[in-house]
Amino acid sequence: MSETTFKIQRFNPEKDKETYFQEFKLEIPKGATLLDCLNLIKWTQDGTLTFRMSCRSAICGSCSVRANGHAVLACKTQASSVAQNDQVTIKPLGNMEIIKDLAVDLTEFWKKVEAIKPWLMPDEKKETQTTERTQSVEEFLKIDKASTCIMCSSCYSDCCSMAVDKSFLGPTALAKAQRFVEDSRDKETISRIKELSEDAGIWDCTHCGECSQRCPTEAKPLDRIVSLRTVALNSGVTNNYGARHAKAFVKSIKSSGILNENTIPVASMGFFNIPGLLSLIPVGIRMFLKGKNPPLIHHPMQELDDVKRIFKKFEEK
Amino acid sequence: MIKHDIIIVGSGLAGMQAALEVCKDFDTAIITKVYPSRSHSGAAQGGIAASLGNASEDSWEDHMYDTVKGSDFFSDQDAVEIMVKDAPGVIRKMEHFGCVFSRTEKGLIAQRWFGGHSKQRACYAADRTGHALLHVLHEQTFKHAKNIKIYSEWYLMSLIVKDGICRGMVVYNIQKGKLEVMQAKTIIFCTGGYGRAYKITSNAFASTGDGIVAAYHAGLPLQDMEFVQFHPTGLFAQGILISEAARGEGGHLVNGKGERFMEKYASAKMELAPRDIVSRSEQTEINEGRGIDGKDYLHIDLRHLGKEKIIERLPQVRQLGIDFLGLDLIDDPLPIQPTAHYSMGGIPTDSDGHVLSDEKGTKVTGLFAAGECSCVSVHGANRLGTNSLLEALVFGERAGKAALTFTQNAEFHDVNEQEESNKVKNKVEAILNSNGKESINDIRNELKENMTTNCGIYRSKDQLEICLKKLNDLKARFKKGKITDKGFVFNSELIEFIELGNMLEFSEIIARGALRREESRGAHARTDFQKRDDDKWLNHTLAFKKDGEIEFRFKPVVITKHQPEERKY
Repeated sequence: MSETTFKIQRFNPEKDKETYFQEFKLEIPKGATLLDCLNLIKWTQDGTLTFRMSCRSAICGSCSVRANGHAVLACKTQASSVAQNDQVTIKPLGNMEIIKDLAVDLTEFWKKVEAIKPWLMPDEKKETQTTERTQSVEEFLKIDKASTCIMCSSCYSDCCSMAVDKSFLGPTALAKAQRFVEDSRDKETISRIKELSEDAGIWDCTHCGECSQRCPTEAKPLDRIVSLRTVALNSGVTNNYGARHAKAFVKSIKSSGILNENTIPVASMGFFNIPGLLSLIPVGIRMFLKGKNPPLIHHPMQELDDVKRIFKKFEEK
Repeated sequence: MIKHDIIIVGSGLAGMQAALEVCKDFDTAIITKVYPSRSHSGAAQGGIAASLGNASEDSWEDHMYDTVKGSDFFSDQDAVEIMVKDAPGVIRKMEHFGCVFSRTEKGLIAQRWFGGHSKQRACYAADRTGHALLHVLHEQTFKHAKNIKIYSEWYLMSLIVKDGICRGMVVYNIQKGKLEVMQAKTIIFCTGGYGRAYKITSNAFASTGDGIVAAYHAGLPLQDMEFVQFHPTGLFAQGILISEAARGEGGHLVNGKGERFMEKYASAKMELAPRDIVSRSEQTEINEGRGIDGKDYLHIDLRHLGKEKIIERLPQVRQLGIDFLGLDLIDDPLPIQPTAHYSMGGIPTDSDGHVLSDEKGTKVTGLFAAGECSCVSVHGANRLGTNSLLEALVFGERAGKAALTFTQNAEFHDVNEQEESNKVKNKVEAILNSNGKESINDIRNELKENMTTNCGIYRSKDQLEICLKKLNDLKARFKKGKITDKGFVFNSELIEFIELGNMLEFSEIIARGALRREESRGAHARTDFQKRDDDKWLNHTLAFKKDGEIEFRFKPVVITKHQPEERKY
C-alpha cells in the first residue's frame, strides 16, 4: 500500500509569526478515520501537532478540521475518502482565529449561540411540573432535526456570509433558534422571530448551502433558516429589509418573470424609509456612470405564462 | 487565586444539574477539560429509565427490584430507592426544560425495552438520548449565564483536602498553559469515568479518571473500582458504542454458526439480559471458537426490523455502521464485540452526594461528587442500561441541593497558594524538562492491551498477577516518558502525559481489587472463583493510598427490601 502525504497547516504562537505547511507521510490503515490518522501522526511522528478530539463517535463535535478546503468531522471521515492522489491538505476551521495548529478560538462561535437565547421559554402560567407536556409526533418532527446538532462548528467555518460579515449570527445559532421558534412548548415565537429578522439574522444568509453540505448530522442549517423565514413571513414579521426583499423578489418574478432591478431595491428598503432610500442614490449613480443601470422601462419576459403556471401550481399546493 | 463560592468539576449531566441547583444562591463556576457540549454524557444513546408507565404499567418498586437484581445484589438499596422514586420527576423536569424526547402517538414521552428491565421503561430521544439531555442542560446554563461561569478547556491538576476539609484545587488553563489555584467553599466532582484504560472501549478520549485519581491523591478512598462494565455491542475493533436500544428494539445476537446463542445463557430474557451476562456470553462464544469465521467478533442483526423502524428509532447507530465500517444495518449485520463502557466504582458518597472519607461514613467537609466518578452505590456490581443517565441527573441534582444547603453556612478555608501551586508546577516542569526516551504512545497501548487481556471480562489470579507485574513495568517506563512539546499554549501532549499517569494509577487499583475479590459478582468474573460468595464478599471495597501502597478496607452493602438471591434471566 502506498503512503499518503498529509499536508498539515501548522502554527504555534509561541514560535511562529505565520502559518506554514508541514508534510507527514503515513500509510493509512484500513478503515482508519481522519482522526485516527491525525492521532497516528501525533503519537508516532510529531507530538507537538495539536488538535481537539474527544468521543471519536461523531457525537461530541470536537474534532472538526478542514480537509482539502472543506470542514469535516475528523472522526466521522474515512481518511481514504479525502485523500486525492495520495495527498490531503488539512487546515484549521475557517471564520475563527487560530490558537495553535488545528485548534481554533470558539469564543465568538459560542457568543452567537448565546445571542439567540438558546433556552425554552414556556408559558409560565401554564407550567406545572407534575406531568409531562404532550407533544404530537408532528410537533416533535419539527424540532427533531435541529436537535441533532452537535455544535461542531463545521457550518460556521465554511459559511460564506460569515466570511464577509463577522456580525452574522451564522448557521449554527440560527439552526439552534429554529428549534425554539418551532417548539410547540415555547411561547416566544413572535418575539424570537422578530429579533432573528434584524440585521445579521435570518435574512443575511445568502443561500449558498455550504452549511448544509458540511453538516455531519441531520441539522442541515440552511433548511432550518428556510423554516425560520417561512415562520417570519407567515406570522407577518415582514417590516424588515430581508422580508421586504423576499416579497418584492417574488412579486417581480410573478408579475414579469424576471427581476425588476429598479423597484426591488426600493421595495426592499421600504417606501417610507427615507434614509434607506437616500442611501440607494449613490449606488444608482455609480451604476449609471459604469453603464450598469437596468433599463428604465421594465419589460416582462416572453414566457411569462409559463412562469405564472408555475406559481399557480405552487400556490395550489 | 480564583475564588468562587461553589466550583463544579465536569460539565456532563451531573455537573450541569448540580450547577443549576447551586447557582440559585451562589456564585458558581464549572471547569471542564473540554466544552460542556463535548462531555461524554452526550454519547449515551438508548435511553433513561423512569417508571412513567407511558408504554405499560410500571412502578418504582419494579424499577428498584430490577436495578438491585441487575447489580447482583451489590447496590446500596437505600440509594437505589431514592433514585427510582426520583426518576419520573427528573424526566418531567427535563421535559419542562425543553428536552426533545421521542413521543408516543398520544404525545407522551416514548419508552422502549432495555436489558435487565422487566418493563418498557427507557425514555428516549431516538438513539441520542444523552445528547438530547446534555444539550437541554447546556441551554439552561446559558439561561443562568450570569450566575454560572464556565471555564472550558481547564484541566484539574490536584485537589486540596486538609484536616478533612476540602479547600480548593490546582487547575491548568489548557489554552494559555497557565496554572491557577482555585478556592471554593464547596467543590462538586462530576468528572466521569475511567474506561479509557482499555484497548476496546466505548469511552471518549477524555474519560481518563482524572477526578477519581485527584481524590485518591488527596487521601480519599475509592470504592469498588474492580467493577468495570463491558457493553455487549461495541463496534468491532473500534469499540464504538452500538446502543443497547438496537436489542431493545428487537435486534438479534448471532454467532459464527448462525445461532442466537443467548438461548444457552439466558433463555428467558435472551438478548435483553443484563450487560454483564450478555458480554460474558459473547466472550465465551468467541473463546470457544464460535465467533464469526472463528474470529473474535459476533454479529448483531437488525435486518428483520425493516428499514422504516431502523431509520426512525436507530438513526445514529445506523450511521455509525455506515461511517466506520461501510455497513448499513438495513442490509447487513454489524460485527460487534464487548467494549469497556462504564465504571461502577468511584469516589464514595452518601445519597446526597457528600463525599465520604472512610468506611464509617465520615464526611469530607465541602466536597461532593455525583455521576460516573462517584460510587453511591446504585449500580453495585453491574449497572443496568439507562440507569447511568438517570443516576447523573438524580444525584447531580441531589448533590447540588445538598451543596446549596451546606454552603449557606460555609466559609472559605485557608489555602497555601504558593505551596499548592509549586507542587504541581514542579511536577509539570519535571515532565517538560525530562529527557526521557520512552514513547508514551507505546506505554499507553501496552496498558490498554494489558487491561483488556488480563483484567477484562474474565479474570483469574494468574492473569491478574501478570497484569500487576506489567503495570509495575509500565509505571517505571512512564517515569522516563518522552515529551516533545515543551510549549505552554494548548499543549495537548502534556495533558495526554498526565492522563496516562492517572490511568496507570487507577488501573493498579482495579487490578488489585480484582485480585483480592475471590468471587464472581456482576461485571467481576473470576474463572478461578466462579460463584458469588455473599458470606465473604458482600462488602464494598475501599482502596486508600497509604505510603505509596494501596490499603484495602471493607464497607457493608446496604440491604433494605431485597435479600440476595440467585440471579437468573
